[in-house]
Amino acid sequence: MVSARSVSVGPSSLSYTDLPWIIQHREDRCTLCGHCTAVCPKEAIYLAYRRQRMPKLDVLKKSRGNEYRTFVGIRQKTNMANACIGCSMCSMVCPNEAIMPVPNTNEHRTLFFHNQKGQPQTRGGRRNVSGPNLLDRIMFNRISMLTDPALDAGRHEFNLTTTLGRTLAPEEFLKRQREGGWIPPTREIFPFVIGSMSFGALSPNMWLGLLQGVAYCNEVLGIPVVMCTGEGGCPPWVLKSPYLKYIVLQIASGYFGWDEIIRAIPEMQCDPAAIEIKYGQGAKPGDGGLLMWFKVSKLIARLRGVPEGVDLPSPPVHQTLYSIEESVMKMIQTMSTAFGHKVPVYPKISASTSAKSVLNNLVRNPYAGGLLIDGIDGGTGAAYNVSMDATGHPIASNVRECYLDLVAQGKQNEIPIFAAGGIGKNGNVTQNGMALIMLGASGVHIGKYIMQSVAGCLGNEKSRCNVCNVGICPKGITSQNPKLYRRLDPDLVAERVSEVFMSISTEAKKIMAPLGRSQSLPVGMSDALGISDKDAADRLGIKYVC
Amino acid sequence: MCRLALKTAIEPFSPYEVLTAMEAMQEGYDGSGLGLLLRGLNFDDFKYDSKNPVLSGIAHSEAAWQRLNSIMEQRGYELQYDHKFETIPSLVEAKDRYRYFLRVYKMPAAFAEKSTEEIEDELMLTRLFLRANGEENGNDLTAFSFWPDVATIKEVGWPLDIGNALTLHDNRITSRVCMAQGRQNTNYGINLYACHPFFIQGIATMTNGENTAFVPIRDWLLGKHYPGYMGYQSDSEVFAHILHYTLKQLKLPLQAYKHIITPLKNAELDKHPQGVFLRGLRDVCRRLIIDGPNAVIGTLPDETCLLVMDHKKMRPATVGGRDGAWAIASEMCGVAAMIPDRDPSLDFQPMREHTIIVPPDRKELTIWSQLDPYPLAQVA
Repeated sequence: MVSARSVSVGPSSLSYTDLPWIIQHREDRCTLCGHCTAVCPKEAIYLAYRRQRMPKLDVLKKSRGNEYRTFVGIRQKTNMANACIGCSMCSMVCPNEAIMPVPNTNEHRTLFFHNQKGQPQTRGGRRNVSGPNLLDRIMFNRISMLTDPALDAGRHEFNLTTTLGRTLAPEEFLKRQREGGWIPPTREIFPFVIGSMSFGALSPNMWLGLLQGVAYCNEVLGIPVVMCTGEGGCPPWVLKSPYLKYIVLQIASGYFGWDEIIRAIPEMQCDPAAIEIKYGQGAKPGDGGLLMWFKVSKLIARLRGVPEGVDLPSPPVHQTLYSIEESVMKMIQTMSTAFGHKVPVYPKISASTSAKSVLNNLVRNPYAGGLLIDGIDGGTGAAYNVSMDATGHPIASNVRECYLDLVAQGKQNEIPIFAAGGIGKNGNVTQNGMALIMLGASGVHIGKYIMQSVAGCLGNEKSRCNVCNVGICPKGITSQNPKLYRRLDPDLVAERVSEVFMSISTEAKKIMAPLGRSQSLPVGMSDALGISDKDAADRLGIKYVC
Repeated sequence: MCRLALKTAIEPFSPYEVLTAMEAMQEGYDGSGLGLLLRGLNFDDFKYDSKNPVLSGIAHSEAAWQRLNSIMEQRGYELQYDHKFETIPSLVEAKDRYRYFLRVYKMPAAFAEKSTEEIEDELMLTRLFLRANGEENGNDLTAFSFWPDVATIKEVGWPLDIGNALTLHDNRITSRVCMAQGRQNTNYGINLYACHPFFIQGIATMTNGENTAFVPIRDWLLGKHYPGYMGYQSDSEVFAHILHYTLKQLKLPLQAYKHIITPLKNAELDKHPQGVFLRGLRDVCRRLIIDGPNAVIGTLPDETCLLVMDHKKMRPATVGGRDGAWAIASEMCGVAAMIPDRDPSLDFQPMREHTIIVPPDRKELTIWSQLDPYPLAQVA
């Protein structure tokens, strides 16, 4: 049968109630200034002329007719490409509180149309699972009551640093000390590391703000925070600056940015904090970086050594490598050699049931300086939704397993394990991080939490915003478009970085003091942990409490 | 609260003296147990050669007693002296004490060809074998120490009652060093092995306070897979094992102990003449950092005594004495009770950086500070 073209409804037609966010617009308050339509990153709203029929009945003349009124209003687009993402930029710029997006509490239909043109959904953000996660439910319950040593978090001296880099067994250390052998490099850092977010994924202003904040933490506040570049290199002026010591340089499968880095080595004033070799990412295991052409600006193209405006999908694996063993042999040693064996080199992998095998490989490699394991709740600037939501391994049990494996070998002090993936997902960054530390991590990496807390990233696990991948970040955090990123003031970002780390530092003391710990980070102090979930307690080897 | 008392003197004295000193410290103390460790032994009815090992422990049944005899025989040890305590069982809470034993053995002839280290390992393994044998048989055999010139007594109950129960006041046993601790266990279940002092290969320590970093330290020591690093019924046992690890495994001087358990701060290390080495030592031994609050009192095979505090110095300990006799106690009144004829104004309470060493000549104290140059030439 021929379809009735007069009814303009097709299979993909949607109405307001089918969308995840519905724009509520009050015409009585609107001044038609146009700020909201100009700022909307999705062009989800538009100024529209509407005509309203006004029926007119003249009883005396016994005639009836119509008059028409025209008016201007804000309307929401209902096609997928322009569906509102709930960022609320419209309400932030509205001078008259006339507009805001409201979440659609009904189930919505867009879920079924994220595959138009055969293209599955890609986005930024994290696994869309909200609510308290396992880490949020862990309690610190070995309160030191018996011999009254409860410490004063405000007055006692606390040592909150951790070691990044390989540490020798004491016997081997003394032997090399006597014989003048090589002692692997280590760094003493704050256990909360700003995780890898590339110069490319982040805007220049965001990156600059982070770096300024990190430098302030180190040089003024005395909190030795380090940050990781992610794949894609580092601005040359940073490579040649004294701030390089606060930076972990990442090399990943695309090797983007490493031409610049290698060329800058002779001119470096100091060594970088470490080198991170990315083999996997918790948010999208099996995927490499996915910088889309929208974000490959002139600056990014120069840093990465590529033409402007082309997609930069990094391959999922390091193409030159045959296996992790080979990688351990080649890459770690090569990177260590490139920096004169003075910089710790460690790999980053996605959390996985096979993480222990990788770890045991590293244990036997004298150049490996640690292992970073990134769990399924980690964030990303760009990935397929299915990878983010369904692929990967939660971090807690993975880290615990790896730590206990090291304990069985007596190697837990030699290879530090760092954990990442969902730390601070619900805002409890210190609690999450300290729980992982007591499960055996030497420290944690936080990325998404940093974007949210220092720059006001609006993304959440209920599909809000999460458009980092297409370079339209309404806050200018993950965009390479100057019109967008100039919204972000690097100085204010830096201020927030210092506020966040001061607060984490105080909260860490507040967690450690009642446990009677102050002199060393309580790595592996699993006797301090409890959870009211028997299965989780058994799996993690901590106390079940109720 | 744990009460600790150590007396060291050139003239042997009765352990009962130390027990009475503990009475002076009874305030705030639950009297739940006693651990005694004696060194420099003298028996009034036996001329003891201090090279011969002494086995100390409790047999809880006749069967255990017989097993003990046959095990020692099988391993080639020849019994030289069997000290029989005059016991008054009614003063002891537990009712399954068949026999407290303290027996001197002669080492097997085959040991003549073994190195000192091999002999020391064999002595430790024998003690561990007896312990395991007891545990396999419903805990009917408890072995505390097996080492030349060291005797150990542990029991649940009020310290003076236990001293009376074993008639320790009869002067049949005297010693030049006596360590006493009066509490069964601070943080975990009541267990005879949980009572301080802890002993491993001639090294003994006792501690007050709570070891808040116990689990990570224990996990690391267990990972060494060294047979003697076991037990851990008490969180304080690790202090003895760290001292053993420092001296026997790493073969570092005694001063390294303090640098390992409470390393200096970065700013202090920056100024220290061997700061680079000590920073490295801190990093490689990071899992052995104690977090207190503890005072650790220890003795070594050459009768050296030591006292160190944790970094926060939140537990008390005092040392005092005179040429020839010194006392270390958790309370000042304990020192006064053990050595009344001293100048109390010279009593010393160590700060966080100090290691107090009473050398075997017992002439004067050494107060060694972590900020002083580290005494190992090759690292300078």
